[in-house]
Amino acid sequence: MDIHEYQAKEVLSNFGVLIPQGALAYSPEQAAYRAREMGGERWVVKAQIHAGGRGKAGGVKVCDSDVEIQEVTEELFGKKLVTHQTGPEGKGIYRVYVEAAVPIDREIYLGFVLDRTSQRVMIVASAEGGMEIEEISEERPDSIVRATVEPAVGLQEFQCREIAFKLGIEASMVQQMVRTLQACYRAFTELDATMVEINPLIVTGDNRIMALDAKMTFDDNALFRHPQISELRDKSQEDPRESRAADRGLSYVGLDGNIGCIVNGAGLAMATMDTIKLAGGEPANFLDIGGGATPERVAKAFRLVMSDSNVQAILVNIFAGINRCDWVAEGVVQALREVQVDVPVIVRLAGTNVEEGQKILAESGLPLIRATTLMEAAERAVEAWQSDQKQSTNARAV
Amino acid sequence: MSIFLDSDTKVIVQGITGKMARFHTKDMIEYGTNVVGGVVPGKGGETVEGVPVFNTVKDAVEATSAEATLVFVPPPSAADSIMEAADAGIRYCVCITDGIPAQDMIRVKRYMYRYPKERRMVLTGPNCAGTISPGKALLGIMPGHIYLEGNVGIIGRSGTLGYEAAAQLKERGIGVSTSVGIGGDPINGSSFRDVLEHFENDPDTHVICMIGEIGGPQEAEAAEYIRDHVSKPVVAYVAGLTAPKGRTMGHAGAIISAFGESASEKVEILTKAGVTVAENPAVIGETIASIMQ
Repeated sequence: MDIHEYQAKEVLSNFGVLIPQGALAYSPEQAAYRAREMGGERWVVKAQIHAGGRGKAGGVKVCDSDVEIQEVTEELFGKKLVTHQTGPEGKGIYRVYVEAAVPIDREIYLGFVLDRTSQRVMIVASAEGGMEIEEISEERPDSIVRATVEPAVGLQEFQCREIAFKLGIEASMVQQMVRTLQACYRAFTELDATMVEINPLIVTGDNRIMALDAKMTFDDNALFRHPQISELRDKSQEDPRESRAADRGLSYVGLDGNIGCIVNGAGLAMATMDTIKLAGGEPANFLDIGGGATPERVAKAFRLVMSDSNVQAILVNIFAGINRCDWVAEGVVQALREVQVDVPVIVRLAGTNVEEGQKILAESGLPLIRATTLMEAAERAVEAWQSDQKQSTNARAV
Repeated sequence: MSIFLDSDTKVIVQGITGKMARFHTKDMIEYGTNVVGGVVPGKGGETVEGVPVFNTVKDAVEATSAEATLVFVPPPSAADSIMEAADAGIRYCVCITDGIPAQDMIRVKRYMYRYPKERRMVLTGPNCAGTISPGKALLGIMPGHIYLEGNVGIIGRSGTLGYEAAAQLKERGIGVSTSVGIGGDPINGSSFRDVLEHFENDPDTHVICMIGEIGGPQEAEAAEYIRDHVSKPVVAYVAGLTAPKGRTMGHAGAIISAFGESASEKVEILTKAGVTVAENPAVIGETIASIMQ
């Protein structure tokens, strides 16, 4: 789960990371008022969306008066901000963060990630702050400092000092850097984060180390023990279909193609998408309905896939193990009687009792296209989608 | 003895009183697995599917000499159950549970390393379908009848995609020595490389089939190991060619976040290491059959 910059800053600040003074606003009037309340002469107005690259996309503005803040935020609110991380549809701006501008001496990149090679928490830092880590690793790979943390004893002071010296932090400020690193590590482990990124971490003109930006991602599997983090979820930043699916216990990722997929198991779902592509089509989604393909789940899955208006054919691929094919077939038939589906449906069942399953599908009287192998199913789906396309083109021509 | 299991391997089930655990315990016993007990704290003394339930894994090991365990415990306490098994002297542990926090798994792995290698428990999973040595024992939730006895060793992250491969082999009359699910989580007990080492040393395994997917470094690590240490032919398939970068595809670990983690990059790395890569999931069986001729 992702959270906003202002939320990440508040979380990190509670663990001892210094942050500039700032306040959240839900409207232009509020933004201007918050700046007056805060005082000062210069502020930075930052659109709060769940994506990076806001600066380049025009989501971060420096303002010198409350009038200017009002004008700038009137432009931002309600707009969809498109950055290189949001995709072409962008993310809606419904909150802005107004922050007191601080004089910057230097910028540092600081990240905490779950490193899958060492299977430990890894710190990634670079003296080249402000740039994205992908850019840094391409252009200045030598500037990257890495350290992994021994989980039994946690992050040690000497490790923090090593990082600080490698980054060229002045000796008088090394202890401040140690405190910042340890605060981030504690936030990471105590709150089950999977990523903490401060980019940039700045050294101010008056020798303070501060988080100028902050990003945190949390382990969905650990949210059960962090209700205060779950509360920070902002559904306006999620794809509505994906969050609806998640609320129903289905795992769904929307894509750009036209062939909807309903599959049991994540690996098989990815493999089904790949096969569609090989057959010349484009998958409209990833959808894993879980190991047990109950009729209720199949029905939910059909509703979900049909809510994508780009879908022109649906491929159902179920490998029934313990839950037999005949039972799954009954589920598919029941779902298709309940849910309005007006595109061709291709069903491929495999596994236990496959003949009985096929028989149930055949005798249902529903206009299903049946397939035995995965390749055949994908080819049928692509054919069905192409003929559907031709028909609609003809219809338009008429 | 197959790599992890044999027909007389004594097995316990942690969390045996749950609905799903009961169902699969029955299924495993019917398959011929030597299930000798279960563990649920506070339910010691009860009986499930004809086997005794114990309060702790230590009690179960003392009473039954159990060597292997199947962890069927809900996510909040699954990590604790795995560590309990490691501490009680269990040799092999399969964890089915999906949804264990990643940091719990970091702790589990750190905990297991406190034992010297010869006494260290082997863990496969979590978030996997289990391990089967056809004709001998089934420790997991897979349908046993889709596996023939034979000489292909299967290692895979995904459950149903692994079934797909086994069924394609069965169709061609090709059997399996052992099929191991290593699970779809970012931090897992055994990697492809770890299981490859077992298959390389297993006289009953002649060909190895590796079913990978996007995300993480383990397929690339396996490629390096295969190149340097594996003499047996390896066939691989990598799922997720069409998966977009930065999106989690169902499995917590199936996300492309770094170089070398996409399906096409993994295919390239494996091919370079001498692995025969099946270009689509429908031809996994066919590819293995052509190598075995």
